[in-house]
Amino acid sequence: MHMADALVSPAVGGAFWAVAAGTIAYCSSRVRKDLDDRKVPLMGVLGAFVFAAQMINFTIPATGSSGHLGGGLLLAILLGPAAAYLTIASVLMVQALFFADGGLLALGCNMFNLGVFPAFIAYPFIYKKLVGREPRQARMVTASIIAAVVALQFGSLGVVLQTVASGVSVLPFNAFLLLMQPIHLGIGVVEGVVTALVVSFIYQARPDILENVLQEKPLGNMPTKSLLAVFLIATVLIGGVLSWFASENPDGLEWSIAKITGSAELPETEYMEHTKLANLQEKTSILPGYALPEENGHSQDAARTATDKRVGTSLSGIIGGTLTLVICTVIGVLLKRRNSANPQQAK
Amino acid sequence: MSHHIVHVKNLQHTYPDKTVALRDVSFLIHHGESVGIIGANGAGKSTLLLHLNGYLSATSGEIIIGDDQLSKETLPEIRRTVGMVFQDPEDQLFMPTVYDDVAFGPLNLGLSADETETRVMEALQRVGAVELRDKPPYHLSGGEKKRVAIATVLSMLPEILVLDEPTNGLDPQARRQLIALLQAFHHTRIVTSHDLDMILELCERTIVLHEGKIMADGPTLDIFNNEELLKTCRLEKPFAMQGCPVCSPDKRPLVSQPPLVPPHSSKPHDHEH
Amino acid sequence: MLAIDGSFLDFKQLDLLALRQTPVHRLDPRAKVLTTLCFIICVVSFDRYQISAMLPFLIYPAVLMAVGDLPFGYIMRKIVIVIPFALMIGLFNPIFDRQVLMQIGSLDIWGGWISCISILIRAILTASAAIILVAITGFPAICEALEKLKMPQTFAVQLLFLYRYIFVLTDEGVRTARARQLRTFGKRGLGIRHFGSLVGHLLLRTWERAERIHMAMLARGFAGEIHSTRRQSHFGRTELLFMGGWISLFILLRLYNAPQLLGGLFTGTMP
Repeated sequence: MHMADALVSPAVGGAFWAVAAGTIAYCSSRVRKDLDDRKVPLMGVLGAFVFAAQMINFTIPATGSSGHLGGGLLLAILLGPAAAYLTIASVLMVQALFFADGGLLALGCNMFNLGVFPAFIAYPFIYKKLVGREPRQARMVTASIIAAVVALQFGSLGVVLQTVASGVSVLPFNAFLLLMQPIHLGIGVVEGVVTALVVSFIYQARPDILENVLQEKPLGNMPTKSLLAVFLIATVLIGGVLSWFASENPDGLEWSIAKITGSAELPETEYMEHTKLANLQEKTSILPGYALPEENGHSQDAARTATDKRVGTSLSGIIGGTLTLVICTVIGVLLKRRNSANPQQAK
Repeated sequence: MSHHIVHVKNLQHTYPDKTVALRDVSFLIHHGESVGIIGANGAGKSTLLLHLNGYLSATSGEIIIGDDQLSKETLPEIRRTVGMVFQDPEDQLFMPTVYDDVAFGPLNLGLSADETETRVMEALQRVGAVELRDKPPYHLSGGEKKRVAIATVLSMLPEILVLDEPTNGLDPQARRQLIALLQAFHHTRIVTSHDLDMILELCERTIVLHEGKIMADGPTLDIFNNEELLKTCRLEKPFAMQGCPVCSPDKRPLVSQPPLVPPHSSKPHDHEH
Repeated sequence: MLAIDGSFLDFKQLDLLALRQTPVHRLDPRAKVLTTLCFIICVVSFDRYQISAMLPFLIYPAVLMAVGDLPFGYIMRKIVIVIPFALMIGLFNPIFDRQVLMQIGSLDIWGGWISCISILIRAILTASAAIILVAITGFPAICEALEKLKMPQTFAVQLLFLYRYIFVLTDEGVRTARARQLRTFGKRGLGIRHFGSLVGHLLLRTWERAERIHMAMLARGFAGEIHSTRRQSHFGRTELLFMGGWISLFILLRLYNAPQLLGGLFTGTMP
């Protein structure tokens, strides 16, 4: 599942943009250092292949619904981690721009969820370890299924964390998790089976394609270190972002954390965090009453006045909003008309 | 520059799976000659072409282009001298715009932006595609793609043009245009094709390949008149030399008979009168 | 026509829009990319209960669609396709968030409904921004802009190759899918068994194509480096004006709730 702009907050989107961009820079330099110039057209064409393959649907046995190939793991198997990540990232970018699938700010999240996990976790640590140096068909099938399931579980966990941390959706962490993980278990199994089918076909038709990548040197000493560094930075960033937003949305992440840990100490820290935040809010927001709803209303009175105030502001909000829509439309139509009146300027 | 411009000596190629694709192929092509290489599917035409610019290396034998023997050191120079136009222009046009594509070769040769610009414009002019310069390749028609593909090679100022199935997939008019364009070139030309009519128009000399061996090498007309030879090599006289089955009087009864097959599957007539 | 052909043509049409010559098409792509990013960040930075303050942001897609001479219906259709997903997640909000935020008559409006509508508006605004960016800039120009903004060249080359061959390969994919669909007589999907060989064949053809492209590149002196031709794009006063104008408008609209102020004039309640 793609993370969407509509659900992401600037901080979460920005943090993952930074992580995704860093990974792109790292992978680009690795692919350059590879000096395998066959990969230049190969990566591009395989990226395009993912789009083509997605046009062919299959029936998922026993459900009657149809699915299509995701392709992340397949790319990792065909290209190796760094080249696969770049290819997946490029596919996601085209999807974001041409189909508004996900969106531009959520692009970093998507590259992380759908690129990093298959290319840097599922492929090297699961698929490759299970298949070993000499591929056998049966092992490749098991390995693909397990690797795909793991990649998708991580990916969907990513979506859950990013959504909850963004706080636009109020889905509680554990409810969302319970919704997403089982679905992605199913998707993962299907993706694994499909990947395995394609990989076995290729293995029979042209084993050289698969052997080349498997013989490729493992990530090596230096890169593993920098990879770890990337993950460390990512973890710190995500951790930082998460805790920041957790304190902002007690009904979101912290609420569920409290439920999971059953910690009794949490309310106190929560309260402290809130007074701090409330102060900060008053300082930064221009329309304090409107900008953020009082989250839990410490006293009944406060809640009531807040509600009254909101009802007042809401009415003018509705009227103003309607007017704004009318104004936007009129400007658009007028400009369009002027444009068609001067065709030489428009064409 | 030697005037023996392409010299292939006892070329042998065996693929890793032990298929022998070329057996003892030798020929000599002179400066300015236009030579057709024909043969059935799998006769070894493409394998031969891929040797001419060093993409495949010979199992044994040697190739001399101009004064240089093909080797690792001479490869860059030979690739500049031998301009390869591939069968599917989609494979040859990989850059975002026509201009970028035609500039790809010159830029790899290390030319400056200005020199490149001149080369690109000259090449595009030569094939009549100047107005396409900013278009992305996937918005071109089949004929346009082919002409631009030729321009991408011309911009490197090759001395030899190697064309693999140049008329493949073109509509009759685009095909005619392309033949006229190729006739106007003064390069040494090596053309492979199943379009024997085109070979007849374009090449004064033809080499016939069959199962990796050269079966004949001589004037095109002589070869196309040797029906025995064509038959053993799974080839057929060009339509232009067959006489027209529809209009020639002795064939007329055939037409008046009811057709045995649905009309749309009958052989197309390529009228060349 | 089959559905697959439709989505393929749709893709091509968006690409063709970028070839138009309007004042916004002519702008340096960097200006458009940066303005779009600013727009999206401003939109998604609103808190989850905000609706009215987001509406004025519609002015950006509206103006660009008009000046860029883009077909309104087509862009709308593209946006409508992506909405269901955001809405699916958004519809959970009313379930979990039943705090009463306002009342219309005796009707209690829960925070969840408000935030759900907010998500819907975000989806419309951000999706339209992305699609309009491609329609007025074109994918290669966006790549070029990103490369000038320090995106690694390897990735830029990757994007361009991908983009170039999407058209060739989706065409191949469409043909394969069509051939299959015409012989399956109405069954929706393909049995998962045959999928492997069908897609496997497609993959093999793709792989061979990559080898041929590599050959064609080598034949023209490729040695691992793609030299780009410098296209004369110029970040001049028009671009500064475009970016500066829009971004200051976004910031103003982000800071002041314009509809609220406007509505206040009518109802007399000032926030």
